[in-house]
Amino acid sequence: MRTLGRPVQYLALAAYLVFLAFPLLWLLSSALKPAAELAIGNTGLLPANPTLGNFAAAVERADLGTAAWNSARVAAGATLAVLLMALPAAYALARFRTRLKFVANGWVLISQVFPVILVVLPLFLILRQFRLTDSLWGLTLVHAVYALPFALWMLQGYIAAIPRDIEEAGAIDGAGRARILADIVAPLLVPGLVATAMFTLISSWNEFFFALVLIQDPDKVTLPLALSRFVSSEGQVQLGALAAGALLATVPSLLFFAAVQRRLTSGLISGAVKG
Amino acid sequence: MVDAAQLGTGAVRRTGTGRPREGPRRRRGGGGDAWPLLLPALLPVALLSVWPLLQGLALGFTDSRAGRNVTTSFTGLDNYVALLDDSLFWSSFRIGLIWALSVTVLQFVAGLGLALLLNADLRLRWLTRTLALVPWAMPPVIIAIMWKLLLNPQYGIAGGVDWLGSFGTALPAVIVVGVWAGMPQTTITLLAGLQAIDSSLHEAAAVDGAGLWRRFWHVTLPGLRTVAVAITTLDFIWAFNSFGLVYVLTEGGPGGQTMLPMLFAYDEAFGAGNFGQAAAMGNVMVVLIVGFLLFYLRSQLRSER
Repeated sequence: MRTLGRPVQYLALAAYLVFLAFPLLWLLSSALKPAAELAIGNTGLLPANPTLGNFAAAVERADLGTAAWNSARVAAGATLAVLLMALPAAYALARFRTRLKFVANGWVLISQVFPVILVVLPLFLILRQFRLTDSLWGLTLVHAVYALPFALWMLQGYIAAIPRDIEEAGAIDGAGRARILADIVAPLLVPGLVATAMFTLISSWNEFFFALVLIQDPDKVTLPLALSRFVSSEGQVQLGALAAGALLATVPSLLFFAAVQRRLTSGLISGAVKG
Repeated sequence: MVDAAQLGTGAVRRTGTGRPREGPRRRRGGGGDAWPLLLPALLPVALLSVWPLLQGLALGFTDSRAGRNVTTSFTGLDNYVALLDDSLFWSSFRIGLIWALSVTVLQFVAGLGLALLLNADLRLRWLTRTLALVPWAMPPVIIAIMWKLLLNPQYGIAGGVDWLGSFGTALPAVIVVGVWAGMPQTTITLLAGLQAIDSSLHEAAAVDGAGLWRRFWHVTLPGLRTVAVAITTLDFIWAFNSFGLVYVLTEGGPGGQTMLPMLFAYDEAFGAGNFGQAAAMGNVMVVLIVGFLLFYLRSQLRSER
């Protein structure tokens, strides 16, 4: 790219920066503008009289406190479940030369092809038999199962990176498989487990479709559901509160994401290269 | 799943004796140990993902309806015959295709441009890279809300135009949002692809007198081929099957102008209660995606030769 000339490159970079950042800045600015300013159409990026009132209004009017607590419980539960299910399985897939590895990784790709509408109807009927529709437990279970294949894919890359020799040394010392897993593999796997956990947390925290179909009770809605309902009810008039609520809901996943961004992207790429 | 399981055990047993390099302890532990470790993950996925999917595929050949005491019977191809006559369904398919192709192509062009810039030695690269990743961390619902605020006719930057509410502009506006939302995965994947290209190829081409365009065309693009095919394939599938973003942005409006197939099927299932008909739509979507994949991947393979 050297001959293209620096000015052109910087111009292009600036255009990308505006495209990527402007919507975010607009959200922030809308959240800080008082209602009067929004009503008269202050279309400047800077609020004239910045206020935090919108945040209080969002929490109160859209009942975001309850929704955030529900989202947090579902995400935490799903993450715990995914780690418990994925760790042994990822170990087996990375260490044993089983053809299931092909099946499991193939499933990650194949499952993308099918629209969720096909899955959600029977799933709804199955969960209803166990009284798990309109239940946070049911939603937790569904989030865990749908994050699992990709989590498995990520985690097995981290396990494959741990040299076998370390384990074999343990085996020669007479340690059983369970002890090898707990005492030798697990500590080395902490970064991989953290990245997998964050991936699951974020995808559960952000998930919308299953929550929309499975949850009816207003006391059980998750954040995306609460906000989408707020859009259609009061969102057209309460623009400031809507922006503030949207911003609040994004903060946790942004923080989690920032913490593991590097690992998540490299995990995705190494998974893609090896897979 | 049964087939897969049988395949699995066969493979595990065979490796037990097939890898003499490993110690005796490992050989003994091979197949037997794998199953208990895999079961906690396989069972829930089989029960709540594979099984419902198979049922969903079958549901498209029945007259299943919402409600507790409704009997369901097999109706063969009736649902598909009904779909043939449903002009709304076809128009939603056309919209879905325009949306998915536009998002995929624009995202590829925008992502490739950004990846090239990020691969060059520029200031503010870290800021751009970070910003390019942000949409990944945001819930689609929030992305939709953000753009609704930005494109709000009274308050936003729209200058009085109701971008999301007017017939001519709604679909293009939704496509722009779709491109924004999918920038991270496309850019990061293409950047990884760029970084994997051997820089000595560029140098050799430059020594031979190839200019910027010729190097881009004959070195960069061929080097990116596999990665580019993979990410455009995924982007197309994701876009065609996407739901939350457009559901919150427009709910398919105005007048069905942004009624993606998933939104249409959702309304059919949970608005009208026609589960069988909605599943049939899902099946048609699968056929279309698989057809597209075959066509696209085959044409890519052929031109590679």
